[in-house]
Amino acid sequence: MNKHEPFGRKLDFRNGRVDLSHGSGGRAMARLIADVFHTAFDNDWLRAGNDQSAFDVDAGRMVMTTDGYVVSPLFFPGGDIGRLAVHGTINDIAMAGARPLHMSASFIIEEGFPLADLRRIAESMGEASREAGVPIITGDTKVVERGKADGVFISTACVGVVPSGLELSGDKARPGDVVLLSGSIGDHGVAVMSRRENLAFETAVVSDTAALHDLVARMVDVAGASIRLMRDPTRGGLAATLNEIAHQSRVGVRIEEASIPVKPQVAAACELLGLDPLFVANEGKLVAIVEREAAESVLAAMRAHRLGKDAALVGEIVDDDHCFVQMTTAFGGGRIVDWLSGEQLPRIC
Amino acid sequence: MKHVDEYRDGELARGVTRRIAAEARKNREYRFMEFCGGHTHAISRYGVEDLLPENIRMIHGPGCPVCVLPIGRIDDAIRLAKRKEVTLCTYGDLMRVPGSNGSSLLKAKADGADIRMVYSTLDAISIAESEPNRQVVFLAVGFETTTPPTALAIRLAQKKNLINFSVFCNHVLTPSAIQAILESCDANDPGAVQIEGFVGPAHVSTVIGMAPYRRFATDFHKPVVIAGFEPLDVIQAILMLVRQINDGRSEIENQYRRAVAEDGNRKALAEIEDIFELRESFEWRGLGEIPFSALRLRDAYAQFDAERRFCVVTQSARDNPACECGAILRGAKRPQDCKLFGVACTPETPMGACMVSSEGSCAAHWAYGRFRRHEQRRAAS
Repeated sequence: MNKHEPFGRKLDFRNGRVDLSHGSGGRAMARLIADVFHTAFDNDWLRAGNDQSAFDVDAGRMVMTTDGYVVSPLFFPGGDIGRLAVHGTINDIAMAGARPLHMSASFIIEEGFPLADLRRIAESMGEASREAGVPIITGDTKVVERGKADGVFISTACVGVVPSGLELSGDKARPGDVVLLSGSIGDHGVAVMSRRENLAFETAVVSDTAALHDLVARMVDVAGASIRLMRDPTRGGLAATLNEIAHQSRVGVRIEEASIPVKPQVAAACELLGLDPLFVANEGKLVAIVEREAAESVLAAMRAHRLGKDAALVGEIVDDDHCFVQMTTAFGGGRIVDWLSGEQLPRIC
Repeated sequence: MKHVDEYRDGELARGVTRRIAAEARKNREYRFMEFCGGHTHAISRYGVEDLLPENIRMIHGPGCPVCVLPIGRIDDAIRLAKRKEVTLCTYGDLMRVPGSNGSSLLKAKADGADIRMVYSTLDAISIAESEPNRQVVFLAVGFETTTPPTALAIRLAQKKNLINFSVFCNHVLTPSAIQAILESCDANDPGAVQIEGFVGPAHVSTVIGMAPYRRFATDFHKPVVIAGFEPLDVIQAILMLVRQINDGRSEIENQYRRAVAEDGNRKALAEIEDIFELRESFEWRGLGEIPFSALRLRDAYAQFDAERRFCVVTQSARDNPACECGAILRGAKRPQDCKLFGVACTPETPMGACMVSSEGSCAAHWAYGRFRRHEQRRAAS
């Protein structure tokens, strides 16, 4: 064994595949972690080589979240499972108005998974985490037999810190508040759908996957506690998010269909597939419930940010014991926007 | 989106509804049935009822193939899927439809049955080609719209000599169901509502044309206006029906001229005629047995008939006795009149035909319209 290569044989990134030895705790696993994950995520915490990482925190309120990613296909227009995992986890923290600090990533890899794909995913995660300024400081790797997982599953955790005086929560919407949406809906779900094996259609739609914490920070700067709550409308789409808010806060929500941005190509794809963009997933959008007086300034702050340039006021919170989400259709009639029944699109995140 | 937005234009809609309000006579009620689930969906999704005068009542018909598939046939499909050698291919919206004893294709899949969701009959053909050791069965449901794709798949299987492909045929016929509804209305049922006209099927009519509806005008004196599935199509058809009633006419009119030809699609009809024949009777969920209302494969195509290949013998199974679907489908009751609606029967736990698919009248009312009941109550109090 060469002393410069303590973990034995180099990984063959051209033709090599993950095998059970890569999860067995031996040299092969150490090599995989070093050459794939440490290389891609590179930071001092990982270089220390411990089973955990320590960091100092300021006094204050902390938030923590955990998330799992099983998207199929693993690579889709505008992103991949790795990028999605970083963004989705950061967004869960950001929706508390918090600043994300550090995250972890754990991989469950199926035997036979191409090493090149694993490296591509890890590099994409590293890039996303550097862009967001949220390092991945600890992780885990497991390999399961062929057929026991679908390529690779990623689970993550993240901690963040909330500015003092801010307590966003799903039960804080009050009649009179307004509903702000940061941009067009349905992009992620349609982008993933467009790459499904049995549903190939040419489309220019790319996933909107993005980390929203910087946009959130700008909003908090201008409005602080005038922001009642924020949510990112992922699975179940805008419809599910608004229904969650209505039920948690025991209020009704009224929205205007004409004010909700939907890209024409997303609308067209939804039309073909019989989907309603209101129920299609997003990975780089947020809904904010804001005091009416602060709406203009928050909206201006959102529109000044690249991730909120199409932000719009789409509705208001009303008094309603039934907690209905109602919509005035662009056609001029009224309808309920209900929870999704069953599954519209499986495995989109 | 071009060619779609035009038909959803609120400004144009208000113009048509103003004319409906002006022309509909105040001293009477107009009761029209939209047969198709597609129309029901458009009416609910775009809130069309809010734009109509109060004396125009839309009755939601049985035109949703998923809804009217009887429990016994779902049970058959589940039994087929559970056979070790069978791969059952189905459209996704059938997965959650409940069979007997809480069973469904979704649950059978979870139990290990090989069930694949496909978007086209051709996907099923591809599976049969790539997996020659599997018996691939396509679960065919639908009205005349989905019959030609099934015929195409059978024709392809024949050309490719695919011996491991068959079709479990549940195709049903629209005109037979309309006739059954009209006859049940004539049977002096005290609760039955007289339907005065029909918003006729959109996609079905692109295949069968206008001729099959003529007898509703001549024998039953009911106007039919064939209409597209966009909300503006629907309200224009309603205006045309109001005018026919006011003039004392009963004619077959075509609002959907951009897609429906007088003779329909002759090529598709010829293919259907060649491959399928009428069943003497077929059970419709919520409506019961209707004579000559469904298709099966002709003897010449017996080798592609899953019913014969796997000796399927359908056993009829009953809906919950409290379920009012039959009366709702005939227009005698509304979804909210059913004791089960919204309590035991919801889209998550559908009990009857009208709730099982999003295009069913109960599901549409639940998903889009149930706030109206509360608003009416609030206005009354």
